Amino acid sequence: MTKLTRKDILGLQDMSTDEIYLILETAQSHKEILGRPVKKVPILRGKSICTLFYENSTRTRTSFELAAKIMSADTTSISVAGSSINKGESFKDTLLTLEAMGVDLFVIRHGAGGAPHFAARTVKSHIINAGDGMHEHPTQGLLDMLTILENKGKFDGLKVLVVGDIMHSRVARSNLWGLSKMGAEVRLCGPSTLLPAEIEQLPVKVYTDLDDAIDGVDVVNVLRIQLERMNRGFFPSVIEYASMFGVNKTRLMKAKSDVLVLHPGPMNRGIEITPDVADGDFAVITDQVTNGVAVRMALLYLLLGGGGNVVSD
Amino acid sequence: MSRAGRLFWCPEVDTMTKVMDADEIRRALTRIAHEIIERNKGAQNLVIIGVQSRGVPMAKRLASLLEKIEGVDVPVGSLNVALYRDDYATRSARTISASEIPFDVTDKSVILVDEVLFTGRTTRAALDAIMDLGRPSVIQLAVLIDRGHKELPVKADYVGKNLPTALKESVDVYWVETRGEDAVMISKGD
Repeated sequence: MTKLTRKDILGLQDMSTDEIYLILETAQSHKEILGRPVKKVPILRGKSICTLFYENSTRTRTSFELAAKIMSADTTSISVAGSSINKGESFKDTLLTLEAMGVDLFVIRHGAGGAPHFAARTVKSHIINAGDGMHEHPTQGLLDMLTILENKGKFDGLKVLVVGDIMHSRVARSNLWGLSKMGAEVRLCGPSTLLPAEIEQLPVKVYTDLDDAIDGVDVVNVLRIQLERMNRGFFPSVIEYASMFGVNKTRLMKAKSDVLVLHPGPMNRGIEITPDVADGDFAVITDQVTNGVAVRMALLYLLLGGGGNVVSD
Repeated sequence: MSRAGRLFWCPEVDTMTKVMDADEIRRALTRIAHEIIERNKGAQNLVIIGVQSRGVPMAKRLASLLEKIEGVDVPVGSLNVALYRDDYATRSARTISASEIPFDVTDKSVILVDEVLFTGRTTRAALDAIMDLGRPSVIQLAVLIDRGHKELPVKADYVGKNLPTALKESVDVYWVETRGEDAVMISKGD
């Protein structure tokens, strides 16, 4: 496969393995630009990209903006605070207004699952889902996959454990769809109160005991405990969560000797992951951040890179 | 696939003519290597950059000839110009390989190598890409085939063969390293 034919990137559930490989290969080739003294290429000059975030974000938004700027696109940032959204403007009208201003691609984060899908049907511009409710976060899934591929060289047969608040995690969903599609065995582990209903219908193995789940895995992806959601009695206390589901050095010994530790960030050190693991030899958390820029550059290139054949020499 | 290369070649409907064989290519490259040495008064400060993908085998051949003639190991890099093209809006996005330039181009004499010079747009893109990597003292262009139809004021410093063509014709360079033989073919197109 040499080109992406879809208009939007909404999730990994409906993405083919060929499309995923194309994105990952393109991202790998784009990483070289990040190491140059002049981190700028002219490919998207004249293209207009709008990041439209209805929820807080630091790394995802910054990463998209950097990716766009490296490729010479113009970026506009809209956040709910200080925009007409606070005057009661609907999501649809916001999209149509910005499209009328000439936006070629929207990067959307929204608290409601399916919001980017609605946007994709509403406007002709391209849409990239930067996280929608508890549904998917495809670019995070792709950057996790790129980090795994770079370190392990394959997906097939790998055992990948995703541990934490599975129920509320869009990262977990993008990981499980992407990785299972590529032939990895995906294990999900968390307190039973934080496992979604009908989880057994997903292509995963489910655990409620981290010591069992971590046994012999190649990759551990540690999810952030969303403290903002934790006032609803999902577990008795943060201390208890840390003792039962926190990834520490002792537990990590049960995984493979070349295990990778991933975390989508931001980390709650001492809760879901201990500092010695977060800063240890097995952690590739900063590599994930770098790969995030590369994956987003790749997606912008593949979506805005045009269509049809042209003469060249 | 570029227009310099063949699009959808089918032996039943397309007539290919060989315009250079392996010996002719070898002689042309040997001559270019000698010209490079003569013009640059040796090979001491040279680096060679091949434009991906088919300029890369030619770049490596020239480096090996320079080494044979002058005894100097000339560094070789490969350059992807996809992100510097001026036609992305009308061109299919495609998988691209990373550029590999394992040396600093600043103050070097860069020999930019491509297999076919056609419109000149790839060369323009390559010049921009090299300028982003540093400030060479000089950039010289070496091509195996100059087929005419330039759209930009670009002229090769070293040419293996001038090959006048019609716009609808395709010129295709085969390298042993990638396609099993050395040859330059021309096809009539539709």
